[in-house]
Amino acid sequence: MLLKDEDRIFKNIYGQGDSGLAAAKSRGAWDGTKTFIDGGHDAIITEVKGSGLRGRGGAGFPTGLKWSFMPKDDPRPSYLVINADESEPGSCKDREIMRHDPQLLIEGALLSSFAIRAHVCYIYIRGEFIRERERLQAAIDEAYAANLIGKNNIHGWDFDFYVHHGAGAYICGEETALLESLEGRKGQPRLKPPFPANVGLYGAPTTVNNVESIAVIPDILRRGGKWFASLGMANNTGTKLFQISGHVEKPCVVEEEMGISLKQLINDHCGGVRGGWDNLLAVIPGGSSMPLIPAHLCDELTLDFDSLTKLKSGLGTAAIIVMDKSTDPIKAIRRIAYFYRHESCGQCTPCREGTGWMWRVLQRMERGEAEHHEIDLLWDVTKQVEGHTICALGDAAAWPVQGLIRHYRHVIEERIDARKAREDEATPANAAE
Amino acid sequence: MSRQLIIDGTLVDVDDDETLMHACEKVGAEIPRFCYHERLSIAGNCRMCLVEVDGSPKPIASCAMMVGDLPPNRDGSPKAVSTQSELVKKAREGVMEFLLINHPLDCPICDQGGECDLQDQAMAFGVGGSRFGENKRAVEDKHIGPLIKTVMTRCIHCTRCVRYMTEVAGIEELGLIGRGEDAEITTYLEKGILSEMSANAVDLCPVGALTHKPWAHNARPWELTKTESIDVMDALGSAIRVDSRGKEVMRVLPRNNDAVNEEWISDKTRHVVDGLKVQRLDRPYVRKDGALVAVEWSEALATVADALKKAEPKKTGAIVGDLAGAEEMFALKQWLGGLGVDSIDCRQDGAILDPQFGRGSYLFNTTIQGIEEADAVVLVGCNPRLEAPVLNARLRKIWRSGAATIASIGEAVELGYDYDHLGGNPNVLAELAAGNNPFYDTLKNAERPMVIVGAGAVARSDGVGVASHAAQLADQLAGGKNPKWRVFNVLHSAASRVAGLDLGLVPSANDMDVSAMFKAASVGQLDVLYLLGADEIDTSKLGATFVIYQGSHGDRGAHRADVILPAAAYTEKSATYVNIEGRAQTTTQAVFPPGEAKEDWKIIRALSEATGKALAFDTLQEIRAKMYEVHPTLAALDQVQRASTDDVAVLAKQGGSVTSAPFMSGIQDFYFTNPIARASRIMAELSALRTAANTNRASSAA
Repeated sequence: MLLKDEDRIFKNIYGQGDSGLAAAKSRGAWDGTKTFIDGGHDAIITEVKGSGLRGRGGAGFPTGLKWSFMPKDDPRPSYLVINADESEPGSCKDREIMRHDPQLLIEGALLSSFAIRAHVCYIYIRGEFIRERERLQAAIDEAYAANLIGKNNIHGWDFDFYVHHGAGAYICGEETALLESLEGRKGQPRLKPPFPANVGLYGAPTTVNNVESIAVIPDILRRGGKWFASLGMANNTGTKLFQISGHVEKPCVVEEEMGISLKQLINDHCGGVRGGWDNLLAVIPGGSSMPLIPAHLCDELTLDFDSLTKLKSGLGTAAIIVMDKSTDPIKAIRRIAYFYRHESCGQCTPCREGTGWMWRVLQRMERGEAEHHEIDLLWDVTKQVEGHTICALGDAAAWPVQGLIRHYRHVIEERIDARKAREDEATPANAAE
Repeated sequence: MSRQLIIDGTLVDVDDDETLMHACEKVGAEIPRFCYHERLSIAGNCRMCLVEVDGSPKPIASCAMMVGDLPPNRDGSPKAVSTQSELVKKAREGVMEFLLINHPLDCPICDQGGECDLQDQAMAFGVGGSRFGENKRAVEDKHIGPLIKTVMTRCIHCTRCVRYMTEVAGIEELGLIGRGEDAEITTYLEKGILSEMSANAVDLCPVGALTHKPWAHNARPWELTKTESIDVMDALGSAIRVDSRGKEVMRVLPRNNDAVNEEWISDKTRHVVDGLKVQRLDRPYVRKDGALVAVEWSEALATVADALKKAEPKKTGAIVGDLAGAEEMFALKQWLGGLGVDSIDCRQDGAILDPQFGRGSYLFNTTIQGIEEADAVVLVGCNPRLEAPVLNARLRKIWRSGAATIASIGEAVELGYDYDHLGGNPNVLAELAAGNNPFYDTLKNAERPMVIVGAGAVARSDGVGVASHAAQLADQLAGGKNPKWRVFNVLHSAASRVAGLDLGLVPSANDMDVSAMFKAASVGQLDVLYLLGADEIDTSKLGATFVIYQGSHGDRGAHRADVILPAAAYTEKSATYVNIEGRAQTTTQAVFPPGEAKEDWKIIRALSEATGKALAFDTLQEIRAKMYEVHPTLAALDQVQRASTDDVAVLAKQGGSVTSAPFMSGIQDFYFTNPIARASRIMAELSALRTAANTNRASSAA
C-alpha cells in the first residue's frame, strides 16, 4: 500500500506549488511552532525520541538520542549544524527540500536548535548547489522579515540561521570534516573522541544533522511522535524520501513509507525497470557507498535499515541506483572506486593508499587483465582499508568492491578467462608449445 | 582520575588523561608509530599504532585515544586491551603494506638508511614481500632552502614536519596540499623556510623524505663515532651529540634534555660544523716585519713571555671571547694575576654585568624550564629568536597554550608569537618600572611574571641604568603573589659569559675594562693585549698594542695579532660551560685539534712556565680540582646552582639614568655570531638568504 496523501510531509517536493512563505504556511508550515517552544526543550526531545526517527544522512542513528547527548548546563554556546553537503552519488533529496520546501527546513532548524539549546544554526551546502543556496537564502530572508527567526522573534527563542557554501569536496559531508571546513580549515575529518556533542564547532557542543532529519521535525511535533512511529516498520519508522535513478523508466524522488518493497517502489513510482523486472541486474540501495544487491535478492526486498543490513548492505540515504542487464558490474564498481580514490582526503594511510590500489586493480579486471588470485588480493585490500581509518570514507570505498566480489566473482573470473582465451587464440604457436 | 586496564593480560593503573599508547608502554608493550611524537599535537593519521580493545569491533588508534574516553565495561570490570592479537598483527601488516606500496624502497641511496623508522618498523611489523603490482606514485621534490633536502616520493604523509613548523618553530610555511593519493607536503610557492630552527623537522621525519642537505651522502650513521657534548653557539648549553668519523666532525644532532633544549637545537648549532674544518689555526705564528710567519711553539711562547716581561702589568689587558671554557678562563686569571695583570674582562661586548652585584644579577633565575610556568613576560632589549632560538620556542609554547601574556620593549621584530610592543627605548622601561604603563598591572596581577633582559640591553653606555631599572621592576614583582618565584632574568648570548662572571673575570674599578683598554690603546697606553678567542671587537682600534691571539679560527683577532697561539674548538676539548641558568656542563672531546693546535688550558699552562710563574696543575683533573676549590658552583655538573634572591635588589639600587636611544639586540646577524660560524659556508648561505628575504620584505612593504 502506498503512502496516503495526508501522511505526506513534503507536500511540495516536486515544486508544483510556490516555495514562498505564504504558500508554505498554507501547506501547514509554521503552524503552532510557538506552542512547541513553550513546551520546553526536553518535551521536543522526548517527542522526537518517541517518533523513532533515525538520521536520514546515511548512518541511521536515532535523532532524539543524538540530541540528548548535548550537555545541558555548559557555559559554552551550543550549535546546530545542518549537513547539506549532499554529495553521495545517487542522492538528490536534500536539494529538493531546499528548493521546494525550504520553510519546513527553517522551521525544523528553529525547533531542533531550541531542543539542543542552540541559538545559532549553520547549514553547510554543497559547493555545486548554487540555485539551492539561492532559494534557501531567499526563504531565510523571508523568515527573518516575518520575524519568525532572528533576535526577538515571535517564538521567543533567539535564533540565527547562517548559510555556508562549501567548495565541492565529498569528504566535507563527513561531519567532523564539515566542521573543519566550516571553521575555515582544510576539510579533513577529526579524530573521535571527542565527539562533536562535546567538542564540535569552534570547540563548543555541536549537533550535526541531515537536512531531511531536520525538515521532518515540525511535522513530527505537529502530528505527534506516535503518528510518525505508526508509519513504516518497527525500528524503521516514518516516511522517507527515496531517490531512484539509473535504469528505470521514470527516475524520481518520492516520499514513501519506510519498509516499502523495492519492487513496489520501482513499479508504482518509476514505471518499472527498463525492459521489465526480469531485466534487472542489481540495485545499489543506499548511495554509491553501499554494496550492491543482485536481482535474485530483490524480489522480496523491503527498503529499511535493518533488512538491508541483513543483506550486508544498507539503506544509507535511500538513493537507489538501478542497473539492468546491459550494465557491466565491474565497470560500474570501477567507476565508483575512482570516485572514492578522487575524494579521499589523503590524511590517513589505509584510505589514501588503498583507494588508489583498489581502483587500479579494478581497472585491469574490467578488461580481464588480471589473475584469479588477484580477486582474493583485492578482497584483502578492502579488508585492510575497512575499519582502519579515521572516518567512514575508507569503509565507503571498500564496501562497493566487497559487494562486487561477493556477488559477481564469477563475472570477474569469466572475464579473466576470456581474455586468456583471446590471447591464446592470437598466439597459437604458444598454445602448441 | 585513574582506572584499571588489562593490557596483554597485565592489570595496570592508568590515568584518564593518558593516551592508550602510553598505557600500553607502561606494561612494556611496543607500539609502532610514525605520526605520533611526544612534543607535537596528535594527528592519528598513520594508523600504525592500532590496538584491539575489548568490546570495540574496530582496532583503535592508541595514540589518539585517551584512557578516559574508553567506554567502561557494563559490569565495571577493567577493560581488556591487546597489542599482540591476530587482529592487531593483521592491522599493522596492512598499514605497513599500504605505507610501502608507494614508497620507492631506494634505501641503498637514501641518507636515512640505518636510522629510518620505516625500515625498522617494516622489519619488525611488516610482511616479507609486496603484493602491489601497479606503478608507484612519484612526487616532485620541493625546494625548501639550503638545509633541507627533499625526496618527496619517500614521504609517508605523517605531517610531523608540518606540525613541528607550525607548533614549535612558529613558521606556518609547510603544509599538506592536494587530496588522497595526490596529497603532497610543500611550502607555499616553494619558498625557502625562514626559521632559525628549521632543521629539527628533518630529525622528526621518520623516513628519508627530508634529509640534511649539507650532509647529503657524507656518511652512514653506523660509521660514525657518537660523542655526547654541549653546544656553545648560544648560552643555553643545549645537549648535542657530535658524530665524527676519523678526525672529522660529520654532524651535530640534538640530544634530549627536558630542562634545557627539549630535543631541539638551532640551525646554527647543527650546521656550523663545516666551519670547524676551514680557517683553522693549526700552528703558531709570530709577526715578523709586518707579516705573520709560522714558527715553532717554543718560539711563540718565548715571544709572548718576552712581550709580557717588557710590558707594564698595569698597561696590560686581556679580553675573553664568547666560546672560552671555564678551565682556560680560570687558568688565564691565575696566570696573568700572578704577573700583576688585573685588567681581565670576559665581557667583550662591554656589558656592565658584574659579579659584585651578586650572582642573581646576571643569571636567568626563572630557569629555562621555569618559563613554562610563567604567565606574564616582558622582554627588555632582547630578541630571543636570534639570541636563543630554542628558548624562544618555549616562550612560543606558553603563548600558544594561552597561559601567558608577552610584551616587549625593544625592536619591533617577528618573534613567532604575538606580543604587546610597549616601545623601543629604555624610557619605556623606566615608565614600566615606575608603574606608569598599562602593562605594569598585567605583570603585577600575574602569579609568575618574568622580566628578561637581553645581553644587548646591558652592553650600552646606559647599561647600568637599564639593568637597574629592570631589576627595580623585577624586585617589585618578586614580592607579589608568589614569593618563591624568581622574576629577574638575563638572557646572555655568549656561552662563556656566565662562567666568566662566576670566575670573576671582571676588572675592578682601578683596572681596565674592555672600553678602557681601547681608550688606553688609542693613546698608546696599552702595551700588551691578550685575546683569548676574542673576535667580536674592533681590532682596527688597537693602535700599536702588542696583540696575542689564542683561538681556533683565523678571524678578526688573528688578523691583527702579533702572536697567534692555535687552540682547540669546542668539539676538540673537554671544557666546562655554565649556561644562562647557572648550570655547569662539560663538553666532551670528539676529535683531536688540527695540526699543532692545543687545548686552551694547556697553552696557558705552558705560557705560565715560559713567564717563570708555572701554574700548579698539569692535568685537566688537577685544574678542575683547583677551580672547584675556589668556585664550588662549577663542580655541581648538570645542576642549576641558584643564586640568592637578594642580588636583584642590589642591582636595583645601582640607579643610573637611561637614554632614549632605541634598544638593539646584541645579535644583528644570527648566522655570523662567532668565528666558527663566520668560517662556515652554510652559515654564509643562510645569512645571504635571510638578508635577501629581509630586503624583499622591506621593498614590498615600501
